[in-house]
Amino acid sequence: MIVGVLSLQGAFREHLRAVQRLGHEAREVKSEKDLRGLQALILPGGESTAMGKIIERNELREPLRDFAANKPTMGTCAGAILLAKDIIGETKNYLGVLDIAIERNAYGSQLDSFVGQGTVGRLHDFPLVFIRAPLIRSVSASVEVIAKLGEDIIGVRSNNLWACTFHPEMTADTRLHALFLQHA
Amino acid sequence: MRTELNRGLAEMLKGGVIMDVVNAEQARIAEAAGACAVMALERVPSDIRRDGGVARMSDPELIIEIKQAVTIPVMAKVRIGHFVEAQILEALRIDFIDESEVLTMADDQFHIDKHKFEIPFVCGARNLGEALRRIGEGAVMIRTKGEAGTGNVVEAVRHMRTMLAEMRRVQLAPDEELMTLAKEFGAPIHLLQEVKRLGKLPVVNFAAGGLATPADAALMMQLGCDGVFVGSGIFKSSNPARRAAAIVEATTHYADKERLAHISRGLGTAMAGLEIARLETTFAERGQ
Repeated sequence: MIVGVLSLQGAFREHLRAVQRLGHEAREVKSEKDLRGLQALILPGGESTAMGKIIERNELREPLRDFAANKPTMGTCAGAILLAKDIIGETKNYLGVLDIAIERNAYGSQLDSFVGQGTVGRLHDFPLVFIRAPLIRSVSASVEVIAKLGEDIIGVRSNNLWACTFHPEMTADTRLHALFLQHA
Repeated sequence: MRTELNRGLAEMLKGGVIMDVVNAEQARIAEAAGACAVMALERVPSDIRRDGGVARMSDPELIIEIKQAVTIPVMAKVRIGHFVEAQILEALRIDFIDESEVLTMADDQFHIDKHKFEIPFVCGARNLGEALRRIGEGAVMIRTKGEAGTGNVVEAVRHMRTMLAEMRRVQLAPDEELMTLAKEFGAPIHLLQEVKRLGKLPVVNFAAGGLATPADAALMMQLGCDGVFVGSGIFKSSNPARRAAAIVEATTHYADKERLAHISRGLGTAMAGLEIARLETTFAERGQ
């Protein structure tokens, strides 16, 4: 399978590596033409405002939205913010394809970043790394919650779209990538 | 665990531009241009250079104002060895501390024991030994020192090339030679072993000190830096918003010459630069 990773800013190399470890071809996506021929796309962690600005200036919003509307796409942390329809406290969104309301930096500053462990879909004891993480405050009826930490929604799926507020790419555990790509 | 999380935040900044800002308005301009973080300070390095006197940590009031203005991570500088300034910044709950040679040194022998802190630290380095000593002290991110406030990229290039050449030496050295190399570099052996295994520093490595144009940013990225700091180069230029956005674009598309040509057009005047040989003070020599 050929899997693209949006490579404008952030931890895209970690996702490329995870995809390669699973035996797939990984490609950097920096412009519209890089989307051609991809079977799945990953939007990485990083700074969502920085990525958002670069998306806008490079006229990538429509091509990314078209891709995410039809093909398997997963967003992690900042990537989840890029996918969300509603960003709490803001009037604009980025791709706006995933019907969730998400809050930026919901836990506070870097001093509030933390690691945990939990169940993601059918994956048990999954390592959860939260770095200045957002929080999914609500989801529409069409969105399935696949992971929670206490009461917090930390992972969702809606048909071809997957999103989580933690960083599976920052661990050696590739099970979530594998699960996403199995469904792709 | 804290170290992993803090190294993780540094990883999230990769491919991005960290911009010096002196007030909330500049912070908003930086964020709108696509900065991945801002460095809150009272004076940019070129003004520190011009004004002289002792340069210290910024007023917490200013740092809080900047923190409230943006959602991206906020960094601030402390003097080398000034662990109380670091305690204060940790209490302000900013995201990252730069133990920086741009400020006047508080301790001319010792750096801060950064392991004692929960908050992540970035430190400057001119060569592999300095970088690994700072990592040994607990830094989770390294940047070239370059020569801040000059608008002259030559020192950043020298520092990056020096680190790369020394890392190549480590990689080629047989294991039994590493201890002697550790002695030569003045660096912990376990970190040299890690460099040999990874072929790079064990933490994120940014360019800093004298970058003024999109081409400077792309040059440092092509040399192998993970991202860039731009200090005086943005807000001392004639059109900061436009130049800031252009440097962000150049850092993303650093290997694409057609795009770089397009990005570099019509940005107005870059900051006036300084020749290194004519400087009264070289910041890079502070703290080794």
